[in-house]
Amino acid sequence: MGLSLLSGLVRAEMKFNLQEPATELGHKVYDLHLMMTIVCGVIFVAVFGVMFWSVFVHRKSAGHKAATFHESTTVEILWTIVPVFILLGMAWPATKTILAMRDTSNPDITIKVTGYQWKWGYDYLKGAGEGISFVSNLSTPQPQIRNEASKGGEYLLEVDNELVVPVGKKIRVLTTAGDVIHAWWVPALAVKQDAIPGFIRDTWFRAERTGTFRGQCAELCGKEHGYMPIVVKVVSEEDYAAWVDGKKKAMAAAADDPNKVYALPELAPRGEKVFAANCAACHQANGKGLPPAFPPLDGSKVVLGPQDEQIKVLLNGRPGTAMASFKGRLSDTELAAVITYTRNSWSNATGEVIQPSDIKMARE
Amino acid sequence: MAAIPGGADHAHDHAHDQPSGIMRWVTTTNHKDIGSMYLWFSFAMFIVGGIMALVIRAELFEPGLQVVDPDRFNQMTTLHGLIMVFGAIMPAFVGFANWMIPLMIGASDMAFARMNNWSFWLLPPAAILLSTSLLVPGGAAASGWTLYPPLTVQMGMGMDMAIFAVHILGISSIMGSINIVTTILNMRAPGMTLMKMPLFCWTWLITAYLVIAVMPVLAGAVTMILTDRHFGTSFFNAAGGGDPVLYQHIFWFFGHPEVYIIAIPAFGVVSQVIPAFSRKPLFGYASMVYATSSIAILSFIVWAHHMYTVGMPVAGQLYFMFATMLIAIPTGVKVFNWVATMWRGSLTFETPMLFSIGFLFLFTLGGFSGLVLSMTAVDVQLHDTYYVVAHFHYVMVAGALFSAYAGAYYWLPKWTGHMYDEKLGKLHFWLSIVFFNMTFFVQHFLGLAGMPRRIPDYALQFAEFNKISSIGAFGFGISQLVFLVVALKCIRGGAKASAKPWDGAEGLEWTVPSPAPHHTFETPPVIK
Repeated sequence: MGLSLLSGLVRAEMKFNLQEPATELGHKVYDLHLMMTIVCGVIFVAVFGVMFWSVFVHRKSAGHKAATFHESTTVEILWTIVPVFILLGMAWPATKTILAMRDTSNPDITIKVTGYQWKWGYDYLKGAGEGISFVSNLSTPQPQIRNEASKGGEYLLEVDNELVVPVGKKIRVLTTAGDVIHAWWVPALAVKQDAIPGFIRDTWFRAERTGTFRGQCAELCGKEHGYMPIVVKVVSEEDYAAWVDGKKKAMAAAADDPNKVYALPELAPRGEKVFAANCAACHQANGKGLPPAFPPLDGSKVVLGPQDEQIKVLLNGRPGTAMASFKGRLSDTELAAVITYTRNSWSNATGEVIQPSDIKMARE
Repeated sequence: MAAIPGGADHAHDHAHDQPSGIMRWVTTTNHKDIGSMYLWFSFAMFIVGGIMALVIRAELFEPGLQVVDPDRFNQMTTLHGLIMVFGAIMPAFVGFANWMIPLMIGASDMAFARMNNWSFWLLPPAAILLSTSLLVPGGAAASGWTLYPPLTVQMGMGMDMAIFAVHILGISSIMGSINIVTTILNMRAPGMTLMKMPLFCWTWLITAYLVIAVMPVLAGAVTMILTDRHFGTSFFNAAGGGDPVLYQHIFWFFGHPEVYIIAIPAFGVVSQVIPAFSRKPLFGYASMVYATSSIAILSFIVWAHHMYTVGMPVAGQLYFMFATMLIAIPTGVKVFNWVATMWRGSLTFETPMLFSIGFLFLFTLGGFSGLVLSMTAVDVQLHDTYYVVAHFHYVMVAGALFSAYAGAYYWLPKWTGHMYDEKLGKLHFWLSIVFFNMTFFVQHFLGLAGMPRRIPDYALQFAEFNKISSIGAFGFGISQLVFLVVALKCIRGGAKASAKPWDGAEGLEWTVPSPAPHHTFETPPVIK
């Protein structure tokens, strides 16, 4: 044990300071933290130098006789005034950094980030890439988490769809949430902003270099809070343009015709994917749920009952429980697919196919 | 003060106005009995909360999920926080207050003896509600001890049990505080002016006002969650016109003074112990009183430094940063005064003194990490990370808990009439301080490197420090059992303690025999 600890200590990945910043603001924060730590460290050593001197020299066992002094107005005033000046010295750079941190004006690109239990939604609202919209999920496979497979190098910090932004551009990030409070945090970009349901907050960053930067949700948001990472890929302007192009084409190709009528073998596999990304965290891949908080769908009265009732639950959620509303999160086709899937999986075999048009009707 | 009632009267009391056996404890109105019950209760809760901490650290020993599922993990962090704050640390210091304040000011008992009994006996039902909430469908509250909505609105009935427990604990604290304020203001012995009181009484007077001011605020906040959950209100629901951030403002308006409700009595204990073992009066008594009052007042106007990332106006961030930095000044004054008390004293290092020096050293470290966190731009990076976890454990464990141990070792001879085992006491101290730092110092690095708090599983680069921290936590947990052994040994026997076993100690409590008789100061002493 001791040896493995020791070898751990000398391993290169043991970090004792903030992550290497990739933004100008990040450097300011890094320097501010370092300055604070050094100043505090010096004061700490000075004060406890005095105390330990006393501990070693003024001990009874060394024959020291106690003095009787117990006040000195001069000293009291001195050690009240001196810290005031030290604090003023600290407040000056701290204030400048805050003002820089909060200046979200004149962005090149504006991206809305929406926190969901437990994934991130990204919508490119303004600037190059406008109109792009996708959801970003943890891509670490379950067996790695369950210790049934060896863990990859980016364990828990990898996603299926990365946020891609160009280097050197001011990116304004608007944060909001669909259910509970989350916080969008990327340490190297020096960005952390709470994502609050019903409200929009903003922050910004301008990456100095290309690279992949990883972060996590920083506000406890329920069961899978530890499993909603953020990956930001900063690329050159040309690469970004190419990515926007490709992404837009892919989105156009993937757009569904809302009036299409599907057959079961076509819709169920699509539904399985939607289920895995949106439902399985609570209701589990085997449909057994985690009762009583997360009820089973296998054999569920709602799933096997009239379809309108189930559509209503998915559209509106169940207030007061963890069941969220998926009205704004999934398209008609996706909702139709996932409902069809649940009604025809595990021991459920209704044979019913829910069409996108059914969802559209229920929405109205 | 020759006529202190002795052992004969003691027996006499038992025969006449007190039932024996369990009913003695259920019906007691004696401040010493109630103080002892508070102390035992808080130690029991400390063990319960500690076991939860060990479940957390066991899960975090390695990446991946091994011990508990994520939902249970969140329940553990939530209950650990609630139980340690409301069940362990706060009742421990109320126990000290009950035992020692009447003895220190020359009063015969607390002002409201029956209310005192009631405020203690509210605690066990609250503790039962909190602990059994683990067993109800859906499990216990899993939202962190801060209980932020809308997450709290999603929980099962365990959340309602937590809310009721907080209500009950709040009522208990308020009653205890009213009792302490009234006792200190009205029952001091003739000649004991406020500025002659031992500093421990001063710190509790100030703390009691804080409790009375902020516990109702917490009760209001959790009641609003309760009605949002069950009665269709939308205090914290944007869709109904409410605001989730409003809860955070209300909670931290309670929450920041709460930090000082825990820390200030700890300052008081240390201010008794350090002069005693330095054989020299406390340096700057008056400035200590003013510094403590300033800290208490400032604690009401800094709450939003817990919320730098919610998105408040820049002016708000600046104001809360400056106000928070100000707290460093009175806190610094206190630390300097303690060091100056030791300076040119005649120091010995019995266990109470060791724990006080440990307190001084590590609490100051926690204070400095607090100063780093007061910088808004730095805090935005460190908020909700393990840096914050490290910071507040330096304040709560190395601060409040170490001070409680200092007080316990200091007054055990007075409570039991026996000296505790000094060797075991010292062992307890050294094990605690080593394992404490092993557990929590490395968490600063985890936070800096980017590990969020309240996660059951983490990326691979955090593995080494988490392993060290977990080993430290188990060591720390097991070391606390040494204290149990010392306390039980001390109650059962040991060298007889004299009325004043510490040659440098000052105060009225050392003028009564050890163990302190059941009734003391029936005739108030006169202070010149």
